[in-house]
Amino acid sequence: MTTVIEKMACKIRQDIIEMLVQAKSGHPGGSLSAADIMAVLYFSVLRIDPARPDWPDRDRFVLSKGHAAPVLYAALAERGFFPREELLKLRQTGHFLQGHPDMKKVPGVDMSTGSLGQGISAAAGMALAGKIDQKDYRVYCLLGDGEIAEGLVWEAAMAAAHYKLDNLVGILDHNGLQIDGRNEDVLNSAPLKAKWEAFGWNVLEVDGHNTEELLNVFDLAKNLKGKPTMIIAETVKGKGVSFMENAVGWHGVAPSPEEAEIALAELKGGEINGC
Amino acid sequence: MGVKAGLVKNGKIATRDAYGQALVELGRENKDLVVLDADLSKSTKTADFAKVFPERFFNMGIAEQNLIGFSAGLAAAGKIPFASTFAVFATGRAFEQIRNSVAYPRLNVKIAATHAGISVGEDGASHQSVEDLSLMRGLPNMTVLVPADAQETYQVIKAAAAYEGPVYIRLGRLAVPVLFDDSYKFTIGKANVLRPGRDVAIIANGLMVGEALKAADILLEQRVEAAVVNCASLKPFDSETIIEVVKETGAVVTSEEHSIIGGLGSAVAETLSENYPVFLERVGIKDTFGESGRPHELLAKYGLTAKDIIKAVARVLIRKHSI
Ligand SMILES: Cc1ncc(C[n+]2csc(CCOP(=O)(O)OP(=O)(O)O)c2C)c(N)n1
Ligand SMILES: [Mg+2]
Repeated sequence: MTTVIEKMACKIRQDIIEMLVQAKSGHPGGSLSAADIMAVLYFSVLRIDPARPDWPDRDRFVLSKGHAAPVLYAALAERGFFPREELLKLRQTGHFLQGHPDMKKVPGVDMSTGSLGQGISAAAGMALAGKIDQKDYRVYCLLGDGEIAEGLVWEAAMAAAHYKLDNLVGILDHNGLQIDGRNEDVLNSAPLKAKWEAFGWNVLEVDGHNTEELLNVFDLAKNLKGKPTMIIAETVKGKGVSFMENAVGWHGVAPSPEEAEIALAELKGGEINGC
Repeated sequence: MGVKAGLVKNGKIATRDAYGQALVELGRENKDLVVLDADLSKSTKTADFAKVFPERFFNMGIAEQNLIGFSAGLAAAGKIPFASTFAVFATGRAFEQIRNSVAYPRLNVKIAATHAGISVGEDGASHQSVEDLSLMRGLPNMTVLVPADAQETYQVIKAAAAYEGPVYIRLGRLAVPVLFDDSYKFTIGKANVLRPGRDVAIIANGLMVGEALKAADILLEQRVEAAVVNCASLKPFDSETIIEVVKETGAVVTSEEHSIIGGLGSAVAETLSENYPVFLERVGIKDTFGESGRPHELLAKYGLTAKDIIKAVARVLIRKHSI
């Protein structure tokens, strides 16, 4: 299982590079940092059916850090929600793959996002609906570590704990970087674990690039009752492409064709972390 | 069914009270209806619903952005959420949540905001929204409804629940006269011609409809025949009816308990200048904040009475006849 997922993460990373070089704009860093998490979610954890994107009992996934749309689109395409070729038309006029996720245009996208902080609030609302309807679907939500400066994140955190939404799982993509620099330089958010615990959440910590650990931690989260769970995933922004790794400048610019070629060669060659 | 007689005092009842009552009835009819509030349920009257359906009422605390975010998620998962707080906080604090999490994905969220306008009274300008309609009207996909009395509120709430998509409903704190009975029919996207008239058209919504009717009575004594149109459906806007009436009168006065910028006056001006330009005067709040005071004193001070409508009619008729 783990090798299948790892291969998929590698394909998703290649997709991201191919999409961005075509689109000539977009966000590689935060897409690459989440590739392993997304591969684990879409190829193991989520109860979904590509043939029925609106299946009422499906698990939901909300990309609260909506700028990482490429990683979501790649995962959806690889999982069969729409043809892979569509990925190459990302951000083009008239095409359905918007710069940020649009639930009305893209099959498999459960919430429109892009304005940071809002996804987690809507995800919690979905989890509440699941509780009201006594359904067993679960709601997963990926957040950025810069994003959590938004007050709304903490409003949602309080309410999710208050309503005991144990069907809600947050994943914090802790890559340490945002647009203007390192989290601790822009606006320090430490200590993360203590904060989420203080807000009434279970907190699990994991290496966000270790497939086996991720599988375990999602499994563990399923059995935690009475509280929502936040998985703090330690990641590297730009993971898998040597010159993008931990480089703040690769947050929101697309690679040139030459850079993309090098990136794809690295990814295909598997020089970095078996990818 | 209509408004419960017990709630009406001296022929008056606040639209928020009718909202509370309508919610309870809707709750019985539709189990997918859920209600959310932000620690103002006693004032917004969602407490009426909470009492009967505690398992479908969710207090989000003093967190309006999250009130809207949760509502979006609930709607995405098939619920029909009614979210309530004061109009200032609903449309101001949570504007961008409404924009990006409700209007853009066209989710089935009903924002029923109370305490709109300066008739809030003593709480003062911080709590008197004069710009909420302007904000909501500018949003693609948003339906904007401004009922005039309890009967219409009741129908507006039911219509909003039956409609699939985002709706903003503007409700008031102040008890206002009941203008309509069971025979009145509100429809989303339709303006209601309450009385015909050849000389001038008074187009109003919210509590200014009552004032417009009073003004028309007084004007008739002066042999001015004023048509009165209730434009409760501010968006979608019924240009057709408005133009039809105005073709008859050739002069218009708009009247609203809202800034003259961005609300009904603007909507009428936009439509008429593109389709059928005529002389127009806008009665409304003149690009200023309110202040503390008794509601009726404030309405008078800010030019929101039948008397002010009559003065505007006089102005517009002079202009009309001077050509
Ligand atoms: C409300 C809001 N403010 C600002 C932005 C612009 N923005 C896009 S990405 C980003 C930085 C996000 O950093 P982080 O959450 O750490 O994401 P990641 O590092 O995973 O890419 C900002 C400020 C936005 N999309 N939404
Ligand atoms: Mg980050």
